Amino acid sequence: MTSKIKMFPGTPLSEEDFTEGNVLFNVDQMRGDFAWDTGVAIGAYLAALKEGMLLGARCATCRRTVVPPRLVCEWCFRPMVDYVPLQDTGTVNTFSLCYVTWDVQRIKEPEIPAVIEIDGASPLHGIMHKIGEVEPEKVHIGMRVKAVWRPPSDRVGAITDILHFKPIEEV
Amino acid sequence: MGMRKVAVIGAGMTKFVRRAQETPKELSWGAARMALETADLTLDDVDAVCVGTAPDAFDSVHMNGEYLSDGAGAWRKPYMRSYVGGGTGVFAPIQGWYHVASGLFDLVLVVAEEKMSSFYPHAQAAFLTIFDHTTERPLKPNLLWIFALEMNRYMQTYGISKEDIARVSVQHKRNAADHPCALLGDADITVQDVLNSEVLAWPVQRLDVSPVSDGAVAVILAAEHIAKRVTDKPVWIEGVGWCLDTAYWTNRDLAYPRYVESAARMAYEMAGIREPRKEIHIAEPYDPFDYKALHHLEGLQLADRGQAPRLYIDGIAARDGNMPVCPSGGLLGVGNPIAAAGLMKIAELFWQLRGEAGDRQVPGSPRRGLAQAWGDLMQVGTVVIMGR
Repeated sequence: MTSKIKMFPGTPLSEEDFTEGNVLFNVDQMRGDFAWDTGVAIGAYLAALKEGMLLGARCATCRRTVVPPRLVCEWCFRPMVDYVPLQDTGTVNTFSLCYVTWDVQRIKEPEIPAVIEIDGASPLHGIMHKIGEVEPEKVHIGMRVKAVWRPPSDRVGAITDILHFKPIEEV
Repeated sequence: MGMRKVAVIGAGMTKFVRRAQETPKELSWGAARMALETADLTLDDVDAVCVGTAPDAFDSVHMNGEYLSDGAGAWRKPYMRSYVGGGTGVFAPIQGWYHVASGLFDLVLVVAEEKMSSFYPHAQAAFLTIFDHTTERPLKPNLLWIFALEMNRYMQTYGISKEDIARVSVQHKRNAADHPCALLGDADITVQDVLNSEVLAWPVQRLDVSPVSDGAVAVILAAEHIAKRVTDKPVWIEGVGWCLDTAYWTNRDLAYPRYVESAARMAYEMAGIREPRKEIHIAEPYDPFDYKALHHLEGLQLADRGQAPRLYIDGIAARDGNMPVCPSGGLLGVGNPIAAAGLMKIAELFWQLRGEAGDRQVPGSPRRGLAQAWGDLMQVGTVVIMGR
């Protein structure tokens, strides 16, 4: 059928069609302000962050420790009541050197997002955060890192109470 | 299981373009009309309509399904919009399939549409809301992060090089040069071009990524007694599968998509396929990024873990290879208007299995093909197997 069809619908436009006024368009902004309740489990996680601690939850049935904590184990569907403090150290599971922002602006110094497997949680269980205080080319999978916390007086109970993770000096 | 046989009997699509003059409704109508006309049907023949379209945030239209409904031919008919993120394009025909297989409807029109260009300055910002608003969004993540993180983990786990992954992009974009609707077809692109392209979020470079696009695709599904009356070349839907994994994406193995495996096993069982590597003649895995095609081929059991690059190195995945992969040109080449891109793979199998794919035709009269899409927060797999 594509072999028989000569004309497909769809008309491509270029940026000039807009700048030169070849087409009409209207512009609007969507604005929305939200306040999200943090809930039981994430509320506990954030309260612990304010105290300078990473909190996990343990499922006794599945024998795994997850992070962030949650109210229900998604695998056995039983309640997770056992909240456990984890270390603020971990291992880089994967990372990226990112040269664009969320709205695709170019940046010179890369951001270094990473998944960090947290010590005390089950294998392959970690959180997304950023790596800092390191030469970008030295970051590698398997690298040991430690959280860099805001001073206690500046903490608000948010994931950003951890500024980033930095490499642990290997002795 | 008491299910009726369901055939694809028509398909239509618009060009995939960076920026379309047509509105989402107009694109939908273009694709739907082509599907109906080429099957010699009219809207009166359609019992029900299914629409797939991805996040409402792209065009800031609340209830996008209702907005699209007139362009999709849905008024005064039973109508549903499905949504499983990037997996939507292959889920919408699954929804259409169970409408017909159940015996509820005889003829269903499935339309998938996406217009990403309305979002300023770049549609990527619309993806910000997929991250958890409390634990992740304060870090100001962007969509490229999760792909870059997953790609790096995949490369590291199996020792796969950037060069091996770039071959995927090259082959798909070359295939797309033969697609009349393609946005980024390029017959002359090389691995070096991919490796030299701008680094966005290492290891992801510009030519590893599919383009933001606008477009629509439609297919018509019919029960057996209708299909045999309307066409002498029905293409049967032999198996479907879908599966959702945990949204706690940092708490699972990023190197292997288990949810794709579950979806594929469901579809293989329904289709009676025991040896997919021999029985699937064309694969259209979801390829928004080049490594994703490899990741998915492994999840689909079409390659061993970490071995999918061999399909490209050995020429098995080429259009004239033993198991062509993305002969359409895929998302990397044809374009990635999210939901429409998934349904494009279904349309491609329809044309390929009927021998109507023109310059893209896979030789050797292929009998069976598989289309797969993937989405949400790296957690959903949708699979359709089609045969003649």
